[in-house]
Amino acid sequence: MYSLVALGFVLIYKASGVFNFAQGSLVFFAALTFVGLLEHGFNFWLALPATLVVMIVLGLAIERVVLRPLVNQPQISLFMATIGLSFFLEGLAQILWGANVRGLDLGLQDEPLQSIADATGINVSKFDLVAAAIAAALVVSLALFFSHTRIGRALRAVADDHQAALAVGIPLQQIWAIVWAVAGFVALVTGLLWGARNGVQFALTFVALKALPVLILGGFESVPGAIVGGLIIGASEKLAEVYLGPFVGGGIEGWFPYVLALLFLLVRPEGLFGEKIIRRV
Amino acid sequence: MLYREAGQFKTSYAADSAIVPIRQDRIGLALILAIAFIVVPLAASPYLFSAILIPCLILSLAALGLNILTGYAGQLSLGAAAFMAVGAFASYNFVLRIPGIPVLLAFAGGGLMAAAVGIVFGLPSLRIRGFYLAVATLAAQFFIIWCLTKVGWFTNYNSSGVITAQHIEIAGFTFDTPRTKYLLVLAIVVLMALAAKNMTRGNVGRQWMAVRDMDVAAEVIGIRPMRAKLLAFAVSSFYCGVAGALYAYAYLGTVEPEAYNLDLSLRILFMIIIGGVGTILGAFLGSAFIVILPIALNMLVGFLDNTLHLNVASSVASNLELMVFGGLIIFFLIVEPHGLARLWQITKEKLRLWPFPH
Repeated sequence: MYSLVALGFVLIYKASGVFNFAQGSLVFFAALTFVGLLEHGFNFWLALPATLVVMIVLGLAIERVVLRPLVNQPQISLFMATIGLSFFLEGLAQILWGANVRGLDLGLQDEPLQSIADATGINVSKFDLVAAAIAAALVVSLALFFSHTRIGRALRAVADDHQAALAVGIPLQQIWAIVWAVAGFVALVTGLLWGARNGVQFALTFVALKALPVLILGGFESVPGAIVGGLIIGASEKLAEVYLGPFVGGGIEGWFPYVLALLFLLVRPEGLFGEKIIRRV
Repeated sequence: MLYREAGQFKTSYAADSAIVPIRQDRIGLALILAIAFIVVPLAASPYLFSAILIPCLILSLAALGLNILTGYAGQLSLGAAAFMAVGAFASYNFVLRIPGIPVLLAFAGGGLMAAAVGIVFGLPSLRIRGFYLAVATLAAQFFIIWCLTKVGWFTNYNSSGVITAQHIEIAGFTFDTPRTKYLLVLAIVVLMALAAKNMTRGNVGRQWMAVRDMDVAAEVIGIRPMRAKLLAFAVSSFYCGVAGALYAYAYLGTVEPEAYNLDLSLRILFMIIIGGVGTILGAFLGSAFIVILPIALNMLVGFLDNTLHLNVASSVASNLELMVFGGLIIFFLIVEPHGLARLWQITKEKLRLWPFPH
């Protein structure tokens, strides 16, 4: 589940070198829009494409309004811009749809499946399985998209070097628009799954922060890294809470992933699957 | 015309390396200080002191600290508020547990404690850089706040985790009104800003800037990156720590660790971006902007509400505030990526020739 959020980050980082702080807000916005549409009498299958369209339009608008004027600015400016963007989106989402906590029912039970529990003694809910399946499907399709389509290759070229990509005739702005649209799509899927699990509320934006240790564990540029990192963080934070938590008064879930990632970085500064950074003078 | 340095010759090395080399600047600075120290305390209302001036000054100090780290030494940090928290809680404990300790000494102790913590969390900067480091400082942010909340000793076993700052008393004089608190904060901020200015112009500051621009190259020309980076973390955390202590003692009075959350860290980061990265002036301009903006927006919304009878719900107003805030930040980054300090520089250039531009 963390992997999904991290995926949104990786996607944008890979393609534009922008560290997108607003991904969490995108997730929040997507989930809220979806629930809001449902409440206005849309049925599920109508609300889904409608939200998708909203997210894609939003992604395109972000590219046009925020990022295009900031081309060639230092990375920190772009980063700050996405923080500003996240404030903006949070405000917008809550004005449009209100700030109440809503439940989101995808029609999946979040209860342990009896058959699996009997066979292996492990409690796995149908919801978790579906979530895992969706995450896996998303990852596989994105991986294929990146490595086997024209657009995917153009994306990677842009990520490597903006100017060189422009020189060989890759339309930079189109590519960025696509990336943001896809990020919007990933945000939608993430928002639905997380929203169904925890309710659609403001706290969704914090999920994005949890994605950061996932990212640095896995390496910023790596899609498989995001997945493995997500698994490690998700599992370790729960394990730490259960086994270490009682000794220190609990609540360590909040910071444990960061410290874990920090310690990890001391050993491998570029993350598990990140590209080795070679620095020249 | 008015602002031209023609005819001001420097006849000694001391004059040549003065902090403000131009006479007009000196006069201007003296005027600003005079206004801040004499006119404002006489004229301002208690509301102005406690809602705008004091937080503005305190947050400038924190922004100054972060600017040393991020602007001069190039280490992006998202944990400024955590170091402020360390400073505040350390000062509280110093005053609480060492009877008769002067408050100023406790503030300095809080700052030093923050510096020590800053060095510990600065250690990863030796190996990682850029956004990886930013995430590492997030670890500091969450860990420190958790620590202060969970370990009862820091809050003197208060059940709700809240500390109430003691009275500030220096040499028998109690600083309890907004006006006196303002003067105390102002004095501390001015002194520390002066120190920061001198540090950044001197040997240390040049080392930081060399490390910021290219740390491998800096190492090659004989700068020890470890020393420079850790020093930057220590000094920056010291500033943040003192600012945090003042935030608790002179502004809030009663604080919980959650007052120093990520949101505050981000706000401080905004201040230096909007004010201008790598400038001392920028920290002040930025913090003034960030402190005043929400208040101004609030008043604007209230004004529109009253005149147009829109009946804006308070939740909508606060969200609208969030939107405008985010939007303005983006706008600023697009229009003036070098911050308000750069605008001031441009103005100075224009003023040199004004009113005869040719």
